[in-house]
Amino acid sequence: MADTFELSHEALNGLFAALRKDGRRVLAPVDSDGRTELNEVESPAQVAKDYLQTILSAKEVVFPKVERLLSYTTGPGKVELKDPEPKALPTVLFGVRPCEAAAFGALDAVFNWDTRDSFFNARMAQIAVIGLSCTKADAACFCTTVGGGPADTRGSDILLSPIEGGFLAEVLTEKGRSIQALAPELFQDGRGIDKTAVKLDKAFDQPALTAKLPGMFDSALWVDQSLRCIGCGACAFVCPTCVCFDIQEEADPKQGQRLRCWDSCGYRMFTLHASGHNPREVQSQRWRQRIYHKFSYYPERYGMLGCVGCGKCTRACPVDMNLREHLVETSEMKA
Amino acid sequence: MEALKQKAKDLLERGEVKAIVGYTKGTGDIRRPYFAQRPEQVDGLVLDEACTQNLATYATKHEVRHLGKLGVVALPVTQRALLQLMAERQIRDGDVIVLVAEEGNVEKGNVKELASAAALEEHLALKTDVMDEKDQELLAKLNAKSREERWAFWHRELSRCVKCYACRNSCPMCYCDHCTMDCNRPQWVPVASHDLGNFEYHVVRAMHLAGRCVECGECGRACPVGIPVHLLTFFAEESVHRQFGQRAGHSAKLDYALSTFRPDDKESFIR
Amino acid sequence: MEEKFEPKLTAFVCNWCTYAGADLTGTSRIKYQSNVRVLRVPCTGRIDFMLVMKAFQKGADGVIVSGCHPNDCHYTSGNYHARRRWMVYKDLMDFMGMDTRRVTFSWVSAAEGVRWAQLVNEVTDQVRALGPYAEYQQLVGAGIE
Repeated sequence: MADTFELSHEALNGLFAALRKDGRRVLAPVDSDGRTELNEVESPAQVAKDYLQTILSAKEVVFPKVERLLSYTTGPGKVELKDPEPKALPTVLFGVRPCEAAAFGALDAVFNWDTRDSFFNARMAQIAVIGLSCTKADAACFCTTVGGGPADTRGSDILLSPIEGGFLAEVLTEKGRSIQALAPELFQDGRGIDKTAVKLDKAFDQPALTAKLPGMFDSALWVDQSLRCIGCGACAFVCPTCVCFDIQEEADPKQGQRLRCWDSCGYRMFTLHASGHNPREVQSQRWRQRIYHKFSYYPERYGMLGCVGCGKCTRACPVDMNLREHLVETSEMKA
Repeated sequence: MEALKQKAKDLLERGEVKAIVGYTKGTGDIRRPYFAQRPEQVDGLVLDEACTQNLATYATKHEVRHLGKLGVVALPVTQRALLQLMAERQIRDGDVIVLVAEEGNVEKGNVKELASAAALEEHLALKTDVMDEKDQELLAKLNAKSREERWAFWHRELSRCVKCYACRNSCPMCYCDHCTMDCNRPQWVPVASHDLGNFEYHVVRAMHLAGRCVECGECGRACPVGIPVHLLTFFAEESVHRQFGQRAGHSAKLDYALSTFRPDDKESFIR
Repeated sequence: MEEKFEPKLTAFVCNWCTYAGADLTGTSRIKYQSNVRVLRVPCTGRIDFMLVMKAFQKGADGVIVSGCHPNDCHYTSGNYHARRRWMVYKDLMDFMGMDTRRVTFSWVSAAEGVRWAQLVNEVTDQVRALGPYAEYQQLVGAGIE
């Protein structure tokens, strides 16, 4: 049960100050050379105005593009192993869109499935999410189709929705309440104020698509859709739910480090076996895998979708692989 | 446009090509690569200033090659890339029919069909391509900075790289089945996208493109985080041209500066 | 007592000319500064620009690349190819902001024992004056969470 409050623009200034006084760094979307990127900010004035979304997702805060898992030095007859302390600083992510906030759940499903990933968990424990509802959407967005929405509260500790003079603030979780407690006087009573956000119609029937996919494995559709795909990792890397990684060991005779870095199922070598066999030799198989992983295997295995409908993949793709469009086409195909 | 569509339809109907590689309308105002394999599909073809991808990259993509002989709707940079690929023996003379809709005349409908490397070379000999003004300016601005300023610029920009390889994969000249980046014995360039791995990767790519880059700029456009990586390959290409007079995409016979030499090559820094 | 900075130099030299020349320097009992570590390759044509970058990554403050004079290459044309490669690479290095003062390309023959010593001494003094290549070391280890 959320408590609703009114947070004026001025009060938001005060909240930022209170957060920083509490030793937390605040990351928010900022304008950088015409791009919107997540960066450290000191005040709301530095936050980008009028942005749709950041290019990269907030996942980089809890699942960085390069992360040290361990390091070691070797000497005569011995190895000294060093576990890194995950440098998790107390952080507040401000201005996260509801789609990306919901994505943390999808990341958690993988990172805490059987083994509990200490790196991910340490970083998640240190972050709090102040989400920001969407007042606009573009042709790539389809959050409402996948169970989300422009003002969805999943994944946010506090969700702000723009109203005149400031924001409606929904304080949703324990973490959210602890932020409010830093400066409770900034939060005015907000009961009775309506939450407004952009309206986004559903693009296709997602449950029907998920049910249909197992029977479409051998369809020629995957070949047609993926003909223009160049097999890069742009979609996987900007995606807030994509979680595949590679482990790289960088070593010389005296010392080494083991790194975890982002990987993409779109790469040809992703499933290349040491024997030389590659179960996904052609791009259509890899494209199909991407769709199935997000819309068929994820529901089957984790009981949730592996896609939040943010549209980042579509915007980042050099050859305009529009995911929403592809999924609509897939839904409309005769089984 | 109608003449282009008609020509494309003809080629498909006569079975002269198995697929037309062109552009079609994409999300919003952008265009995307398009493959018409049946005559009725040519109606989706579009050609205007918003078309930017270098379609020559598909001439070496094996899923597209396996369709058979291709008819490629080619922008000037695509024409140069295709000629360079022929010079590098990556596409056989006759594998591709190049469809040129003369610039500015798309509506008037003059469509040239170039079916051989020789024809392509002859057509391109009549053109003088000039680098995009904006890119010329950016290069000039960078060259005017001090070395330390350039270091700060490239270090900052390249630290943002996530090693997605959109730049590499969108480039027609990066066609190696086993890219040096994928080699792990030895792992010459680190896979991880830390500062060092990013810097080394982009240096390698620029050096591998020196003398081979047709300056389409697609790598810079493809980058999802907006790093102007095309400036690196443009610079390497211009350096080769300035010092050796050789250029990519001009000849059907390979004229690669870094596999040739002249005994009297002039430089001023070797002691 | 403060330790004065001593530069680390890596030299990639071709087996037939510069390496033999360096050998001659030794047999002639000519002394020269010992900051340089000499790595022998068959020919300068084998030298990949990545070797230079890796040397810097591993902590070199300066790099020397040296081989046979034009027309004297043991493999006929290896040094011509190398020259072309260096002409482009040096340009690119400078464009990307690397300190090209720290890289020296030279032709030193098997007979030039004295010259090798002179070259190494000159380069060592030059790089000592430039100081450690701390800028490049900024890259190493950066960007890892």
